[in-house]
Amino acid sequence: MEFLSQIMIMAVGAIFINNFVLAKFLGICPYLGVSKKLDSALGMGMAVTFVMTMASAFTWLIQSYLLIPFKIEYLQTIAFILTIASLVQFVEMVIQKNAPALYKSLGVFLPLITTNCAVLGVAILNLTADNGLPYNFGFSILNGFFSGVGFTVVLVLMAGIREKLEYAELPASMKGMPIALIIAGSMALAFLGFAGLKF
Amino acid sequence: MLETILVPIAIVGGLGLLYGLGLAIASKKFRVEIDPRVEQIISVLPGANCGACGKAGCAGYAEAIVNEGAPLNSCAPGGADVVALIAGIMGQTATAGEKKVAYYHCASGGKNTTKLKYEYQGISTCKAAVNVSQGPNLCTYGCVGLNDCFDACKFNAITIDENNQRHIDEDKCTACGACVSACPRNLIELIPVKKVVRIKCSSHDFGAVPKQVCGAGHPCIGCGICAKNCPVGAITMQDQLAVIDYEKCINCGICATKCPTKAIEDALAGMRKKAEIDEANCIGCTICAKNCPVQAISGNLKEVHHVDQDKCVGCGICAEKCPKDAIVMK
Repeated sequence: MEFLSQIMIMAVGAIFINNFVLAKFLGICPYLGVSKKLDSALGMGMAVTFVMTMASAFTWLIQSYLLIPFKIEYLQTIAFILTIASLVQFVEMVIQKNAPALYKSLGVFLPLITTNCAVLGVAILNLTADNGLPYNFGFSILNGFFSGVGFTVVLVLMAGIREKLEYAELPASMKGMPIALIIAGSMALAFLGFAGLKF
Repeated sequence: MLETILVPIAIVGGLGLLYGLGLAIASKKFRVEIDPRVEQIISVLPGANCGACGKAGCAGYAEAIVNEGAPLNSCAPGGADVVALIAGIMGQTATAGEKKVAYYHCASGGKNTTKLKYEYQGISTCKAAVNVSQGPNLCTYGCVGLNDCFDACKFNAITIDENNQRHIDEDKCTACGACVSACPRNLIELIPVKKVVRIKCSSHDFGAVPKQVCGAGHPCIGCGICAKNCPVGAITMQDQLAVIDYEKCINCGICATKCPTKAIEDALAGMRKKAEIDEANCIGCTICAKNCPVQAISGNLKEVHHVDQDKCVGCGICAEKCPKDAIVMK
């Protein structure tokens, strides 16, 4: 039971309280860039979730079995970026070969994720964050997955709002990016309300 | 000392090498064959992404040609040149679509003479204007004079003169159809550029009503005289409005001369030439007589034929069909 409750705490924490976009302000570029349509927002969210989960697993292994034993933790960033970039490239190839339909919906976004700070962020924070959770392989992967889900939730919410906004009568100076930024700010304020949640 | 430098180099370099090799192997193993013809077709298409072909942009059309066998001549902006290039890439013979242009079935009085029910001051689009008690015009079929078509045109083919009337530049028009779907009154139609006889009105009203409400003064009143006089039966009356079937129309312009309200435009009026047979070249094959839509040519087999100048409408079909070039238009 304790294991399950830990997972629950981690899920709520990663999705709402420490949401990557709205609480940590990482991954703002895809958040504003790919949130114009619901379909592509969902595709991007799924791609990010997938890459975050994979990246969490691989970077944990790199950190534990390469960087720490050889005492070269200061090379974390470069090693992780290398890993994530190759991983994304590899995944892109596999998807293109085996699931052309998925490639068509995700394909454009995958190269974007390669150097996304949210993905690098989750990999680094997994290993350094003092979130009271056990530091092990399984929890790193789970944290990566839930962070991705949190990203997806926010992206889809934003896309839903922006799709409705298309029909709104706005002053010309507010159309497009300005109103999107205002909405992003309001959403961040709303999400900071979750910071009061304590278990 | 040396170790603190060499070990990180070895590890990170090793990682990079490993990933590089992995990706190299994967790129061989997971290679996807992309048909090079798709790239070639994309490069010859105009790249306007107008959607006239019904596909999502030029890339979508190129893929549809190669993978789904889509017709080669759907690209309206590209015209015959692009069709020929695509046909070359696909190894098929070119069948160019007939060049069409957009045409307004409304002469529109412009801001000077259009008769109004009320002055419209709402949102400045035609779509919004026609929703306010059927639009500001007295004529519920006419152009409301806002700019939905103008805004929809990506090729600057529509110009607006000082009287707020629209004109289509037929050289610039690519028949992409954007204005056709933008017009809430459905006034615009794509018409073959060679067919110069066109109806200037879309009114389904009958009799005196169109005359009273039309600002331009040349409405179709639904009398049907044009349909009765058309030598090839190309005009039909559809709900009190004359409609020309351009598959049948021979460009003779008779309808334009008969229309009591001058609602039919004829760019060739008074400029048509009549057919004459050069007796030295005529071999009496009868092909011209068979093809004449108005039976103006008579003559027996293997004898010189004659054109009845009163009946000839100057369509030029006989001159096109004559195998000996014995017919000239004078």
